[in-house]
Order: sequence, then structure tokens, then C-alpha cells
Amino acid sequence: MKKNILKFIIIGIYGLFLAYSFIFNNKHGIEIGKNFYLYMIEMIKVLPSAFILIGLFEVWIKKETVEKHMGSGSVFSGFIWAILLAGTTVGGLLTSFPVAVSLYKKGAKLSVIFCYISSSAICRIPMAVFEASFLGLKFTLIRLMISIPLVIISSILLGNYFEKKEFKIINN
Amino acid sequence: MLILYILTGILLLFSACFNLKKTFMALKIAWKKLINILPAFILTMIAVSIVLHFVPDTFISKSLQGGNKYLSSALASVLGSIVLMPGFVAYPLCGVLLKKGVSYMTISAFSVTLMMVGVLTLPIEKEYFGIKVALIRNIISFLIAVIISLAAGIIYREIF
Repeated sequence: MKKNILKFIIIGIYGLFLAYSFIFNNKHGIEIGKNFYLYMIEMIKVLPSAFILIGLFEVWIKKETVEKHMGSGSVFSGFIWAILLAGTTVGGLLTSFPVAVSLYKKGAKLSVIFCYISSSAICRIPMAVFEASFLGLKFTLIRLMISIPLVIISSILLGNYFEKKEFKIINN
Repeated sequence: MLILYILTGILLLFSACFNLKKTFMALKIAWKKLINILPAFILTMIAVSIVLHFVPDTFISKSLQGGNKYLSSALASVLGSIVLMPGFVAYPLCGVLLKKGVSYMTISAFSVTLMMVGVLTLPIEKEYFGIKVALIRNIISFLIAVIISLAAGIIYREIF
């Protein structure tokens, strides 16, 4: 709670600024307020069910299962699982972070975690379909074919680097 | 979005049928995690609302339509790294820009950094993994985006 005090102060100041803007008709403030509302609504739509799914995952999925498929013993299957899981993740990067932490707690290795995070940014299936409809299927396929190997390679490098440094994710 | 809620509902129901106690525990975990991250989340949305006011869509499309392909791609990757935009806003915008003659190289520089790199979401990422991991991940993602953009440029014969 203590480390959140600064955040609450900033949020408070922002709230006052918005209130001031709406009362005294400050054009910039009103625009900013509308932006905030739009993006907040967009997030509030996704977050509750994303976190409920994470909760269910933590309660029901056995540690051994994740360890076996995504843990330090797995060679390549971990990356395939990570990409497949990322393909169905909604909300992109932001929702992938808490999911990644849960996976890590269940025994997935760091390189797989990094692969999952990056893949959920670029390999989400609904998003790829949307992208293809606006930029063409060829573009989407090229992008996926170049990015997936890059993501896997960089995840292995990152994972090894932080594993060597004995890095641990300690958060909630 | 509706599918997501239907799926969550069905899974919750299943879970409750098998074990009511575990289901409540899941909900408790969900609630705790949501509350923990909410301040950082609101802070990010505040940053987004301010940045988007000063860097509107019109500014982005103007900058991406610059004459020099390399320059506008570089600018596109910087803008994409900073701005946060849901896909249903970003891709239609990219589609329009493509029709206006913006190169695939520039479009991919923008769309890939938009998805993979998050300067504004750093506070959230930091909360989960610490600042070091967050920074390194973002830098590597930026490099990946640059490679993809150059590759798109070569494949579409826009450069070389």
C-alpha cells in the first residue's frame, strides 16, 4: 500500500484536473477526459474475465502439468505451447503479464515466459485475422513467418541470460 | 468480447459444479490480482489519455506519409512504441495509410512496435517483472520490430 501512495496522489491530481476542466470548460481537459474514459472502458471490458480465467488456472492446473510441458525439462514443446496459448490470449501485452506470472509460478521456465509474452503481442489469432483483412493476408503471413523465429531465438537468449543471473519473478 | 464472457461463465460454472471451495478461491485470487495492479493500470491509462491528446491519429498519419521511406519508418517505430492503441483502431488506420501509398516498411514498423513495445505500459510491466526485465524486453522487441520492418521493405521491393 505504501508504495502506491505516489500513484494515488497522481491519480487524485488527475481527477481534480478533469473535474476542473469539465466545470470550467477547458477544451484540452475535456478531450483528455474523453480519451481516458474510452481506453478505460476498453480495458474494463477485458480485465475482469481475464483475471477470473487466471484465478481458475491457478486453482485447477497442476504444477506438474505446466512443469512437464513448459518447465526446464521441456526442450521445444514449451515454446509451441507458449505460442498456442498466446494465440488465444485476449487483450495483448497487458493481459499477458499476469498470465505469464501465473505460468512462472506453476513452473514454466523463463525463456518460455518471454516467448509467451512476445507471442501474445504478435501472434493473437483474432488480431491476425483483423490485420489480414486490412493489410492483406500476404503481409500478415510474412510478418508471422519472420517474427516467430525471432521471438523464439530472443526468448531463449533472454531466458538464459536471466537464468544465469538467478533472476526470480517475486511479484504477487 | 462476448465469447470471452460466455467462455469465462461456462468455465466458472463447471468449476463450481466440481468444487465450490476452489471456485471461490479462484475468484478471490482474481479479485486480489486485479486490485493489486489497478493503481498502475489507471496511471497508464492517464498517461495514454494525455499522450493521445497531443499525438492524435491525424498527426500519426501525417508523419507516416513523409517523403523519405527510411525517415518515416524510423518515426513510425518511435510513435508505435509510445502510443497505445487497440487493434480495431490501429489496423483500419494502417489500411487507409497503405491505400494512400505509405510503404509496407513504414506500416510494419508502426504496427509491430505498437503491439510489442510499450513505453507507456512500462509502469505495469515493471510491477510484474521489475524494471530491468521490462526495459530489456522492450529494447529487444524494438529491434525485432526494426528487423521485421526492413524484411518487409525488402520482400515488397521497397528498398534495395
